[in-house]
Amino acid sequence: MSTLAVHDHGVVHHEEGHEHHHKATFLNTYVFSQDHKYIAKQFLVTGIIMAFFAMVLSILFRIQLAYPDKTFPFLTTLLGHFAPNGRISADFYMSLVTIHGTIMVFFVLTAGLSGTFANLLIPLQVGARDMASPFVNMLSYWFFFAASIVMLSSFLVEKGPASGGWTIYPPLSALPKAMPGSGMGMTLWLISMVLFIASQLMGGINYISTVLNMRTKGMDLWKMPLTVWALFLTAVLGVLSFPVLVAGVVLLIFDRSFGTSFYLSDIVLNGQVQPYEGGSPILFQHLFWFLGHPEVYIIIMPAMGLSSEVLAVNSRKPIFGYHAMVYSLIGISVLSFIVWGHHMFVTGMNPFLGGVFMITTLIIAVPSAVKTFNWLATLWRGNIRFTPAMLFAIGMVSFFISGGLTGIFLGNAALDINLHDTYFVVAHFHLVMGSAAIFGMLAGVYHWFPKMYRRMMDERLGYLHFWLTFIGAYLVFFPMHFMGLDGVPRRYYAFTEFESMKRWLTVNVFITWAAIMAGIAQLAFAYNFIHSIFWGKKTVQNPWNANTLEWTAPIEHIHGNWHGEIPTVYRWAYDYSKPGHDEDFIPQNVPFSQTMSSNLPHDFEDNPAGLEEHAKWVDAQKANVAVK
Amino acid sequence: MGFKQLINSKKTQAFFAAFVLFGTNQLMAQTSAEGNATAVDKGAMWTGVAYNVLLILVGAVCVGIVGKILKVYDLTQKMQGKRGINWNTIMGVCCAIFLIAGLYGASWSLIVQGGMTLPQPGSAHGGLIDSMFTTTTILTLIVFFITQICLFGFAFFYRNSAKRKAHFLPHNNTIEKIWTIIPAIVLTILVVFGFFTWQKVMNSTEQKGDLNVDVTGHQFAWEIRYPGADGKLGPVNFKLSTPNNVLGVDFKDRRSMDDQSADTLVLPVNRVVRINIHAQDVIHSVYMPHFRVQLNAVPGLPTFFRFTPTITTEEMRKKLDDPKFEYLLYCNKICGAGHWNMQRVVRVVSQAEYQSWIARQKPYLNDQLRKELHFADAATPANSVKAVSNTLALNK
Ligand code: HEM
Ligand SMILES: [Cu+2]
Ligand SMILES: [Cu+2]
Repeated sequence: MSTLAVHDHGVVHHEEGHEHHHKATFLNTYVFSQDHKYIAKQFLVTGIIMAFFAMVLSILFRIQLAYPDKTFPFLTTLLGHFAPNGRISADFYMSLVTIHGTIMVFFVLTAGLSGTFANLLIPLQVGARDMASPFVNMLSYWFFFAASIVMLSSFLVEKGPASGGWTIYPPLSALPKAMPGSGMGMTLWLISMVLFIASQLMGGINYISTVLNMRTKGMDLWKMPLTVWALFLTAVLGVLSFPVLVAGVVLLIFDRSFGTSFYLSDIVLNGQVQPYEGGSPILFQHLFWFLGHPEVYIIIMPAMGLSSEVLAVNSRKPIFGYHAMVYSLIGISVLSFIVWGHHMFVTGMNPFLGGVFMITTLIIAVPSAVKTFNWLATLWRGNIRFTPAMLFAIGMVSFFISGGLTGIFLGNAALDINLHDTYFVVAHFHLVMGSAAIFGMLAGVYHWFPKMYRRMMDERLGYLHFWLTFIGAYLVFFPMHFMGLDGVPRRYYAFTEFESMKRWLTVNVFITWAAIMAGIAQLAFAYNFIHSIFWGKKTVQNPWNANTLEWTAPIEHIHGNWHGEIPTVYRWAYDYSKPGHDEDFIPQNVPFSQTMSSNLPHDFEDNPAGLEEHAKWVDAQKANVAVK
Repeated sequence: MGFKQLINSKKTQAFFAAFVLFGTNQLMAQTSAEGNATAVDKGAMWTGVAYNVLLILVGAVCVGIVGKILKVYDLTQKMQGKRGINWNTIMGVCCAIFLIAGLYGASWSLIVQGGMTLPQPGSAHGGLIDSMFTTTTILTLIVFFITQICLFGFAFFYRNSAKRKAHFLPHNNTIEKIWTIIPAIVLTILVVFGFFTWQKVMNSTEQKGDLNVDVTGHQFAWEIRYPGADGKLGPVNFKLSTPNNVLGVDFKDRRSMDDQSADTLVLPVNRVVRINIHAQDVIHSVYMPHFRVQLNAVPGLPTFFRFTPTITTEEMRKKLDDPKFEYLLYCNKICGAGHWNMQRVVRVVSQAEYQSWIARQKPYLNDQLRKELHFADAATPANSVKAVSNTLALNK
């Protein structure tokens, strides 16, 4: 019922024009907007700001790793007592890696990525006037905003932000005396995450109901673009897994503040016997990774969806194996719930359990491989147009391959014994998740910028941005594999105390400079982004000659997305370079009756009447030729 | 227009050179003044920061100018009726260049940096893990090179051309089945071997070792406890922990009496060692990469790892031609500010060396602890421990 009401709402609004009951004020247009297109931009800008912040944090700790013996007076000026005498303190180093990871994983690649593109693309690509519940959608953004503020505010706390790693394993995170960051900073971290999860749930429920209930006429599930499939399954994963993290976080809050022992047992801290008994630190890890593993797919699946779309549009070819792409997304979604134990092989969990998780983990590599091969096949014999978005999508595939392959090492419990928590893991997830997802996101930003801001981004700056970032990321993360294989642990403040690790110092210096270069390259993006919003070249209706519905909506943003009726969908989103058609694309809202010369029997698989028409037309053509 | 820009860029080049000179001076000044953070230093610091910011700005201006030049060139070409810059071709060629440079770089990294990784394993099960690793590496590298070559190769070969239309190929069930089944088979093989290797390494039916040692982690050190003459470690209870009895060993139990503490983890070669792993405050991880051993130390969840050292430290030093080589045990789970320096030397020695070493180790039950526990006969049992601990502590 409610979905119908929303439909009508849009139509009514359009017909009555501006006499609608709620007036457009500054507040409800630019701040508390309920328009999905505007909310998407809010998510994007917040996400980009958070990304820059987290990137600066990473540069700070990279400086420490490259120059563990040097002093940098400006660090003291910048960070005060967190960096006494020109050197980042060991405690603050831990805070840096923790908050860098948290912001990148949750605030940038979950909220910034899904929030932006689910909001922008789901209604526009399925043909809906807005989200199922625009109000809840607005709340979703503001909860995210509040979560961001709380997370950042932890830098203002005397003892510093949370510092137990982004996975916040108790007892370290549960005992305020165990490290400074486990005091107020950790409290703020937990509050921020609760707000964040609330935001994710509100967003996710909206995305799911919009996809399920509000598709335009003709848009059956198997005609949806892969972006929508990916964003939809991502939302399902989020809704099923984030509540488990809430449970874990609430129990942790109890342990911290109310003296319970869910995660604590047999503890002697700084010589003081603690009263906790009977809890299990491993329980938290189970709860955390039950979210944590689906979470990494929550991050990568939207990137996969966006890249699939960008690759198809710019290769001027249908995505290869559309059905296989959808089934592999579904397979990944289902399997991602039963592999979490691969993060816990060496926790002392029963070895048999480890064996089982190893089997499920390596199974998940199969759908991942299928997706990769299908992307390659999409490029094969294409007519590739190198827009910046296309380059980023290609980069995404390259990173996904490089990082995914190391997953096969880590997923093997026997190999993980020696690789767990080393730089090998850091290399693995920064390539497969960090870099691949950021590249998917950037591909999306470059591709849909005209839809969001009605202007084009500068291509040449995009090229510069791409190559510097792409090469930079490989230079940063590729050598880390070998550090990991030499047994160099992650989350170490310095490697100066280990004779065997000193020879990696030159590599660390190299990595830091590569990271700084890649960081500076982001300025090209920031400039391009801001400059193009105001002064970019105006876009045309369909700048990339793409098939999906969002490019049929007027360039001017209107509440309700389309003037008059929403277009009807007749075909899938990937009729690119179809033989027999004069142009190399056929938008989804073009009926088969207008494209007789390019129709294939295959197009009418579930439409016998259409097939008959098609057969007749073909016969007539043959007769025609015979007469001539 | 274009000419003017060029002059401009010459100017900036001169600027750039000046900055570089200035900057080196600046850096020199800083290194000499390092250490004493005075007010003068602060001034130098800000110039240093300003210098870096300016450098970035100059870089940005250069990029801007190059961009403008390209644009002007592009426009003039178009005005003369020629085709402008074909970015599709340029990017396609860039992909090809990246492919070649990348293949070279990846191979270089694999050979040079790959050569800096851990030496051959010093334990019996390490060989199993390493051969598993080699198999996986070979298989994944093949896939890595083929797929990356395809990716950038296709990008280069099928770059845009106005003359061509893309090949309409929505799907091909045969080939899709092939590339689902082949990875599935390869992964099944890896899983099966991995599973059995894992079972063998973590073997949970064989629980006993020839030698039992307790390793306990706390912020930020490892405590090592040997079982003494009876070959049995006494039980611990965290509630008994005091400054003299950090581990909380329960001395109501007779097995505790002869336990010994040590600073180095000394292990006899070719004997099955069982490391019992405990943590007192937060999670730590016992990591001994040379033996391919790792297991977390979790408060309230005692665990153990069984393995057999096969190469003595001395032999390893000869093999690596590194007289300073030591096996190490270090922490590999974030545990606080001191996480990065929580190590113990592990030394693998011959049977005879082990016995003479263990005889020299202090009893855990030292005099202070005796006083604390009100044990009457302060001196005698400690001596007797020394006397009997000359035999290898065998676990019954
Ligand atoms: C090809 C399939 C993959 C396999 C078999 C795999 C396997 C693993 C395993 C076993 C670990 C645990 C390593 C350890 O801590 O010792 C791990 C870590 C990780 N993986 Fe993957 N992975 C795969 C793909 C992915 C993807 C697609 C993503 C994200 C998009 C991802 C993100 C991560 C992250 C973030 C971690 C590290 C978490 C942490 O400890 O901080 N992985 N992976
Ligand atoms: Cu995982
Ligand atoms: Cu540690």
